[in-house]
Amino acid sequence: MKKTHIFGLIIIAIAVAILVSTGTEASTYTDFTDAESKAKNGDVSQVHVVGKLKKSASGEIEDIIYNPAIDANHLEFTLTDNKGRSQKVVYNAPKPQDLGKAEQIVIIGSMEGQVFKCDKILLKCPSKYQEGKVEFKEVEKPAKQS
Amino acid sequence: MLHTTIGNIGHLCIILSFVASVIATFGYFKSVQTTDLAQQESWKRFSRFAFYTHGIAVVGVIIALFSIIYNHYFEYHYAWSHSSRALPVYYIISCFWEGQEGSFLLWIFWHAVLGVVLINTNKHWEAPVMAIFAAVQTFLCSMILGVVLPVIDLKIGSSPFLLLREAMPDLPVWQMKPDFIAEDGNGLNPLLQNYWMVIHPPTLFLGFATTLIPFAYAMAGLWRREFTAWIRPALPWALFSGLVLGVGIIMGGYWAYETLNFGGYWNWDPVENASFVPWLVLVAAYHCMIIYKTNQTALGTSFILVIATFILVLYSTFLNRSGVLGDASVHSFTDLGLSGQLLIYLFFFLIASIILLIVRWKDIPKDEKEVSTYSREFWIFMGATTLCLSGFQIITATSLPVYNKIVEGLGFVSKLAPPADAATYYSKFQLWFGVGIAVFSGIGQSFWWKKIKQDNFIKFFLTPFLVSLVLTFVVIFFTTKTQTGDFFDSPTYIVLLFAGIFSILTNGSILMDIFKGNYKLSGGAVTHIGVAMMLLGILFSSGYSKIVSMNDSGMKIFNEKDLEGENANANKEHLALWLNTPTQMDNYTLTYKGVRVEGRELPEYLRPEQVEIIENDFHAIALQDIEQKGKKYYSKGDTLPVFPENKYYEIDFRDKDGRVTTLYPRFQINKKMGNSVSPDLKRNAGKDLYTYVAQAPDLDNREWSKTENYTIAVKDTFFLNDYVAVLDNVARVDTFEGKPLGANNAAVQATIKVMGKEFIQYEIKPTFVIRDGMVAMPPVEKDEVGIRAKFTNIDPKTGKFGFAFNFTQKDYVVLKAIEKPLINLLWIGTLVLMLGFIMAIIRRYREFKLMRDKGV
Repeated sequence: MKKTHIFGLIIIAIAVAILVSTGTEASTYTDFTDAESKAKNGDVSQVHVVGKLKKSASGEIEDIIYNPAIDANHLEFTLTDNKGRSQKVVYNAPKPQDLGKAEQIVIIGSMEGQVFKCDKILLKCPSKYQEGKVEFKEVEKPAKQS
Repeated sequence: MLHTTIGNIGHLCIILSFVASVIATFGYFKSVQTTDLAQQESWKRFSRFAFYTHGIAVVGVIIALFSIIYNHYFEYHYAWSHSSRALPVYYIISCFWEGQEGSFLLWIFWHAVLGVVLINTNKHWEAPVMAIFAAVQTFLCSMILGVVLPVIDLKIGSSPFLLLREAMPDLPVWQMKPDFIAEDGNGLNPLLQNYWMVIHPPTLFLGFATTLIPFAYAMAGLWRREFTAWIRPALPWALFSGLVLGVGIIMGGYWAYETLNFGGYWNWDPVENASFVPWLVLVAAYHCMIIYKTNQTALGTSFILVIATFILVLYSTFLNRSGVLGDASVHSFTDLGLSGQLLIYLFFFLIASIILLIVRWKDIPKDEKEVSTYSREFWIFMGATTLCLSGFQIITATSLPVYNKIVEGLGFVSKLAPPADAATYYSKFQLWFGVGIAVFSGIGQSFWWKKIKQDNFIKFFLTPFLVSLVLTFVVIFFTTKTQTGDFFDSPTYIVLLFAGIFSILTNGSILMDIFKGNYKLSGGAVTHIGVAMMLLGILFSSGYSKIVSMNDSGMKIFNEKDLEGENANANKEHLALWLNTPTQMDNYTLTYKGVRVEGRELPEYLRPEQVEIIENDFHAIALQDIEQKGKKYYSKGDTLPVFPENKYYEIDFRDKDGRVTTLYPRFQINKKMGNSVSPDLKRNAGKDLYTYVAQAPDLDNREWSKTENYTIAVKDTFFLNDYVAVLDNVARVDTFEGKPLGANNAAVQATIKVMGKEFIQYEIKPTFVIRDGMVAMPPVEKDEVGIRAKFTNIDPKTGKFGFAFNFTQKDYVVLKAIEKPLINLLWIGTLVLMLGFIMAIIRRYREFKLMRDKGV
């Protein structure tokens, strides 16, 4: 066997190792029920759960606990996943500032007993591009920069 | 009145630039394909004219779009959605490329400029290279074409010149008022209101644009069967591209570090990765190109890698702009529905280059003999391979959302998500690739300049090996001694440390030798030293970054349940700071001093009580004379420009020696686009202290509780807003609001002492005034404890006093602070890397010019 072949084989082996590890270490998008059964089976890997926050008619988040006077690193809220299951979520960090505006959030973590412990929250905020929602104001006179 | 003319001119220019690029492609193609010399020349002249027309049209498009944004023509959708009146001129420039269309334009512009440069520097390669250039321009121009094909109703591209009513025809306002013009635009996302947004995108896009040049040369070389000649003119451009793209990426990293609050300079975000991978492959390609003369195997590899670089740029564009990344990225462009067009663009060049490569492959000169382990080619090859594997690992993981889409497209379900902890996941691999790059760059550089054979290999490398080993242990010793970190916790770090030191030593000794001769040849050694310094900077600043805001106060007292329960081991990485309440954090005593306002033309920040911000405007009225740094800027009642979205939190850091540094981490409040957080840094030579405000109450919308009335006597103790308070005394005063009271007037002031957090006392002094027979009881607020007090009654019979209190949210911030040791090594390494690149570019360009002028 030529040296180049050995070299080639080593590279292929590394590449395959990379592919396999990407496949096995990738997290998954799932729901609370699945996350719970994973945790029960001793699977400690972290999952992504997409869900909505419970909001009152006036847009306030319900069932949210965050009191910096007691503990600035403790946030609790209830998230309803895409299958409709509501679950208490604990996040050991300050409340993300735009949490209330988020339409949908993604939490990354795992079930621990009765709560979902999350390490990261990704917010999907209504961006400025959802233009239909933007309020307009009429121009009174021809626009000129002052 | 609608300004429709300028938009029509702009759109016409787009169509013209598109058509001209099609013609140029065709003409240059003909010029390469024909064998008749006179015809070649005439086709070339014709296409050159077409390409210049294309370039002028592109400039026309840019001028039209810019004047729409600059003049605030909000009847145009692009101006409306990316700009606003409040933006200063330099940000108006950034609005230009905030949107997809504008950034495509920027890219097209660079291609046009580079094309003109190539036409004028290299006549020999003009026709085939420019055919590729013009073809690429055709695809890019089609992205902003904004034309709907009749009959089949197919929309090609998205024009930046759409009117608002064309872009959003469903708004009810058009029925009532077809000539409606919005008064103001949406503005630039506050995150992007930063000088980096002015220079980072043009640099990055110049980097992307320049990758086209080596690709075009490689294709031209294959096309005309000049398999080796293309390398010399392509080489300086490949280096230039490496420099500019590299600088663009690092700029993004520095921007992220300084302002964007990703927690560091690199977030393994798909978009960051997608720009980094082409760079890695480009650098590998460049290394193969310089060894093609002695080893022709490298020639085939050079073709593959140069093509791969360009295709990866297209792939990165696809990831970035097609919306396929969805939630996985912070850099999301709006999805303009161009996915199909982007895919066609990608596959056209992918398939065309692969077919051309396969057809020509057997004719590319190749070496049949083995490469010796003791040759410079072997070691450079190893380095290039490491770079490619590194890129492969990154792109594999980054493409997870793409696999999901493909699998879903095939009718199956795939719910793969990016690794939950990206940094750990990528570092696990990239650390070893970093080791490989450092070691191979040292050995390869030595082989390049020294006569190293099998018999003197060990002798040559033994000294640098041993010295590196000793230095590694010295560094470990000092790292432990200064409590920066513990290398024995993570032994893999030792390997990277050793590799970095080894690389600096070997490249450094070569550098010394070359410098004695001709320093102009030392670009390679300098660049490698820069890379090694960057690796060490990354190792320390990320591997040993330390969260100093670990919170071990507060919760012990209040929340004992949590300590035993589920949160016992939770990481408490943030610290709450209450207004004017010193709090201990690591080696510092921190005091949060309050919110500050940023004036546009002032050297320092303003206190909120100094100004009143005018709603929906970027001006404020001075409530008092504003004097800063000994100069009076505004008088009471003046109007001054401010950045109303920016809130700065003044925080004093007092170290053990009593030195005070004030940091101003920022919060940007934007109702339309959400809030964003920016850190502030305390920079030191050895380490940076990086802090940001993770949470702060919305004090503008705070609500006061219902009034509570208290009747108390002097020295009575009571509770206010959960604090212990004492009515200390009540005394007659002679002045009110700074003015002496008249003869018939009287005022009595109460002093209420409130025991705040950490046993700090605050005094609230409400006054009861009788003036001209009228009673006044002005409310007094104390933000530190969230109390508003009114002195409402004096009862001479009982000797008791009446007060009315309201309570509100206390002012606080939740802070995170991280120490990043030796991060400056990363930035200095970057500068060294840039210097090395520039030296190499000059050298290779001189070589190219010399040979060109000789007519070789």
